[in-house]
Amino acid sequence: MTGTYLGMPAFPKAAHDAVHDPVLRGNLRHATHTIRAKRARAVGELSDWAALREAGRRIKDHTLRHLDRYLVQLEESVTAAGGTVHWAADAEEANRIVARLVRESGESEVVKVKSMATQETGLNEALEAEGIRAYETDLAELIVQLGKDRPSHILVPAIHRNRGEIRDIFRTEMGEWGRPAPEGLTDTPAELAEAARLHLREKFLRAKVGVSGANFMVAETGTLVVVESEGNGRMCLTLPETLISVVGIEKVVPTWRDLEVFLQTLPRSSTAERMNPYTSMWTGTTDGDGPRAFHLVLLDNGRTDTLADRVGRQALRCIRCSACLNVCPVYERAGGHAYGSVYPGPIGAILSPQLRGTASEIDASLPYASSLCGACYEVCPVAIDIPEVLVHLRERVVEGGPAVRQGNTVVLQPAKGHAAERAAMRAARWAFTHPGALRTGQRLASRTRRLHPCALPGPGRAWSGTRDLPAVPPEPFRDWWQRTRGGKDGAK
Amino acid sequence: MSSRERILGRVRRALADVPADEVPYEEAVSRDYLREHGRRTTGETVELLAENLVDYRAVVHRCDAEELPLLVLRLLAERGSQEVLVPPGLPPEWLAGAGPVRVHDRAADTAGRLDRVDSVVTGCAVAIAETGTIVLDGSPDQGRRRISLVPDHHICVVRVPDQVVSSVPQALERLDPTRPLTWISGPSATSDIELDRVEGVHGPRTLEVILLG
Repeated sequence: MTGTYLGMPAFPKAAHDAVHDPVLRGNLRHATHTIRAKRARAVGELSDWAALREAGRRIKDHTLRHLDRYLVQLEESVTAAGGTVHWAADAEEANRIVARLVRESGESEVVKVKSMATQETGLNEALEAEGIRAYETDLAELIVQLGKDRPSHILVPAIHRNRGEIRDIFRTEMGEWGRPAPEGLTDTPAELAEAARLHLREKFLRAKVGVSGANFMVAETGTLVVVESEGNGRMCLTLPETLISVVGIEKVVPTWRDLEVFLQTLPRSSTAERMNPYTSMWTGTTDGDGPRAFHLVLLDNGRTDTLADRVGRQALRCIRCSACLNVCPVYERAGGHAYGSVYPGPIGAILSPQLRGTASEIDASLPYASSLCGACYEVCPVAIDIPEVLVHLRERVVEGGPAVRQGNTVVLQPAKGHAAERAAMRAARWAFTHPGALRTGQRLASRTRRLHPCALPGPGRAWSGTRDLPAVPPEPFRDWWQRTRGGKDGAK
Repeated sequence: MSSRERILGRVRRALADVPADEVPYEEAVSRDYLREHGRRTTGETVELLAENLVDYRAVVHRCDAEELPLLVLRLLAERGSQEVLVPPGLPPEWLAGAGPVRVHDRAADTAGRLDRVDSVVTGCAVAIAETGTIVLDGSPDQGRRRISLVPDHHICVVRVPDQVVSSVPQALERLDPTRPLTWISGPSATSDIELDRVEGVHGPRTLEVILLG
């Protein structure tokens, strides 16, 4: 992933700083609460939501279980329609391919549609190093790019910024990149959108190369789909002469008909609309309409490693709607940056440690960035059981064991820093397999209950600082049962 | 080994647990969701389309074939349009009489040239009532994709009830995936500032839909 995420502190440290930022807390609370209620209304309009969700889950699962077949079919369809397909095993290879294609076109700048895949590969920085300027054209991505910032949300990367901050960024930075912000720009959203329109229009009109991702790729027809709101996507997909789309291999669906499910569930889950303002679908190239050259770069970058994990592979069903971020109590308070990845929130907590592995401090901490409340699973339009995968990844972090990295099976060492947890579990195992010792211990604990402190000493102090220690009953359960047979004899 | 072989090899190794005789696609995917939501007469479906278009800030007009040319001229005049883009196969009677200069969509024109045109008039391929969506497929009465994108004012004529379907599944059945498709639901908008919807960014900021019946 991008260099900007290297050396990120573990989630608890990053989140600790974020929760003490009152502006950030206010911005996130406002935005996530606004969208939550709207999403519930939009989903409530469809009486068959549960059936659509189940169909989406099954389509994605089936595709993933036969991914090799569908990728080969997709390649054939795209090629037959006039496109060129490239395969990129990792981020560096994807960036290299895109840079080469841009150079071959003779251009030194590209316009970009918002794309998670190219955020993931750090394409903009890689192009910059090759002397190619990449202009982000999605409003939120523009705010992030102008503010030399990092994205903090899948759908709205600048969700951590309020309107006043956005106005300030536009005023000070737009001139550096092209047309400056209009004089006297206020912080009303309509004026800010107008400023973005004026700033980007000259770039759209002269652009020769567009770079995009895609929401869906149809294996049967070779059709790519981009779902958007502003029209910047349409601009980048139709005005340039060359179009390069970088897409994760998990974005393929088998048939044209499958779109009928996702075009109903995605807009309602993400922007809470019946339908997003613009959806573009293209199949290869069309004579006299749009780009003359179309390149599709299929990106692995850890996806096949994720696929090898039988519990974790369900994360690849994700259609990047971001509903799980918007309902997550942890995301709402910690914000997206604390997750140290372009994929924040609950889905990021299971995707990043699988795509990147759990070797770094931040990735090993992500499976713990959750209270396991399950709200994410409930709203997920493809029914990813995020809590299940979180618990599975916690086990992997603590216990180590076999995993696949870059296509090879490796044996992970148990993570450092969980020694106390492991010792406690070992002690519990010993106690539960030695009933005599357990009984003696429980009786001892019951008889000394008046002497128990109300807070733990030493390193346990932090834990009991915000929690009550469970009270030990006056009599162990087993003794009570032995004495009363569960109260059957009428004895108390 | 090429990256293609490397990736496909990794996929196959990752899927070693998938049995060779797994249920085929047709059985694996349940389709017990609805083909459309609720029962409506044709008239009610058109009504729902109008409602949902308006809900997402499109301006809706209704007229018959005889009234159409005057209505189009009036909308262009109200806007003060000097020039109007015309796709190659637009029925000539839609834009009869005097009015703004017709600019024909030519391949040689630059995007900058189109940017100076005030309005565009197109037909459509299909309209979806449940979502308030019109779909363009690049047919001669709609032209290439850029003409309905660069001008700031788009007038789209929908033939009702023939071109109107209830739902997304019904629309996909009618569309040809080999054509470049643009689905439009209201004017350009964004939710990027505080997750609140604001109309008007890069695409046409005014979308007028004429229901021609």
